[in-house]
Amino acid sequence: MESVVKLEVQDYHLFYGDFRALRGISVQIPAHHITAIIGPSGCGKSTFLRTFNRMNDLIPGVRVEGQATLDGQDIFEVDVVELRRLVGMVFQRPNPFPKSIFDNVAYGPRAHGVHERARLAGIVERSLRDAALWDEVKDDLGKSALALSGGQQQRLCIARALAVEPQVILMDEPASALDPIATLRIEELIQTLKQKYTIVIVTHNMQQAARASDYTAFLMMDEERAGYLVEYGPTRDIFTNPRHKQTEDYITGRFG
Amino acid sequence: MVRATYERELQRLEDETLVLGSMVEVAIVESVEMLRQRDMAGSRRLIAQDRDINKKRFAIEADALALIATQQPMAGDLRTLAAILDIADELERMGDYAKGIAKINILIGDNPLVKPLVDIPRMAEKTCGMLHRALEAFVRRDVEAARAIPDEDDEVDGLYDQVYRELITYILADPSTIERANYLLWAAHNLERAADRVTNICERVVFTVTGELLEMDVESLQEGAPH
Repeated sequence: MESVVKLEVQDYHLFYGDFRALRGISVQIPAHHITAIIGPSGCGKSTFLRTFNRMNDLIPGVRVEGQATLDGQDIFEVDVVELRRLVGMVFQRPNPFPKSIFDNVAYGPRAHGVHERARLAGIVERSLRDAALWDEVKDDLGKSALALSGGQQQRLCIARALAVEPQVILMDEPASALDPIATLRIEELIQTLKQKYTIVIVTHNMQQAARASDYTAFLMMDEERAGYLVEYGPTRDIFTNPRHKQTEDYITGRFG
Repeated sequence: MVRATYERELQRLEDETLVLGSMVEVAIVESVEMLRQRDMAGSRRLIAQDRDINKKRFAIEADALALIATQQPMAGDLRTLAAILDIADELERMGDYAKGIAKINILIGDNPLVKPLVDIPRMAEKTCGMLHRALEAFVRRDVEAARAIPDEDDEVDGLYDQVYRELITYILADPSTIERANYLLWAAHNLERAADRVTNICERVVFTVTGELLEMDVESLQEGAPH
C-alpha cells in the first residue's frame, strides 16, 4: 500500500460480554482513499466500523483486545470527544435534527465553542459545498431540515459531519435508504470527499463497493459467529480476481 | 443454489460457445475437403452457412452482454463472460477463414489444382484438433492443457512453410501456374491464421482460470514463410 496509513487495527478482537464479535482483524486503511467493508449480515461490519470512533464504548459489556490506531496513535488513549471530532460518522438513515438546515450544520461547531455568526456562516457554506448540497439549499438555509428529500437529508448529515473538520468519515450504509439516483449522487460525493478526507464505508451493496471504493475488506463469520477478515485488497482485484474462494463465492452470489 | 437461473444462463452460454466451436470445426474441415474434391456446390453451400456462424456469434454476444447488464457478474463469472465474448469473436473469424477457402475453390473454377492436396488437409486437421481441445480446456478450466496447445502451432506453421516452398518450386518450374499456386497459398495461409486464433482462445482459457492476461504467440517472428 503506497499511501500513508490513516487507520490501523492489529490483531483486533471485540467481545460483547462472553461473546466474541470480532476475531483477530488486522487492516491498514490508507489516507485519502475510500475503503469499503463488505460481508454478510451479522458478520460485524458495523461493529468493526464503530471501532474507529469508539462508538462501541457506549454499549455495556464491550471489551476489546489488540491495537487500533489513528495516525499511529492508540485510539483508546485519545480523548473520546476529540476522537469523534476527527472521526465523523454518517448513518444508514438520514437523521437530521428537527432544526433548520443552518442549525444542523452549525450544531457541531457550536458544540465545540464556535459562536461567532460570520464564522459559523462560513463553516456552514463550506460544509454544504463539500457535501454538494449548497446550490440546492443556499437560498433557504432557515428551512427545516426535515423538509428536504431523503437524498438531500443524507447529504446534509454529511455536511454536518464535515462541519467539525474531521479527517476520517465513517459511513454505515449511507445510501441504503435512498433511491438509485440519490445513491449515485452520494457515491459521486464520496469520490470528491476523498481528496480531503479518509473514507470508510460499510455497505451491503456489492456493486456500490465495486463502483465507489478503492480498497475492499471482506468480513465473514466463523463457526462461533465471530466476524473475521477473509480478504483485503484493491477493489479491482477483489472484484475481478479475489484470492480466496470464500470471497469469490460471496461476490458472485454463491455464498451459503 | 442461490442463483439458479443465473447459473443456468452462464452454463447455457458456455454450451452455445461449444456449439459455435463445432460449427467452425466442421466448416474448416469441409472447406478443405470440398477444395480437394473440387465440389463447387458444396463450397457455395458453405459460404451461405457462414451466416449461421455469424448469427450464433451475435446471439452469444447479445446474451453475454445482457447477463452482464442484468446480473452484475463478478470475479470468475465476469472473466468467464469476458472470455466467452472473445472466444466467440475468434471462432467467428475462424469461420471466415473457412469461408475464404470455399471462395478460393470457386475462384479456381474449372482449372485443375496445381498439385494434389496433402499438407493443406493436414493443416486443417491439426488446426481443428487444437481448436477442439482448446474448447475442451475452456469448459474444464484446464490451464495446463491451455498452456500446452499453443506449442502445437509450430506444426501448423511447419506445414505452411512446406506448402509455401513446394508451391514456389511449381511457380519457378512453370510461371503459368502462378495464379493457381497463389490460390492454394491463400488457403494454406487461412489455415495458418486459424491456428493462431486457437492460441488466442488458449490465452482466454488461462485468463478465465487465473485472471492472468498473457501473450502466448512467442514465435511470430520466426524465419520462413511470412505468417
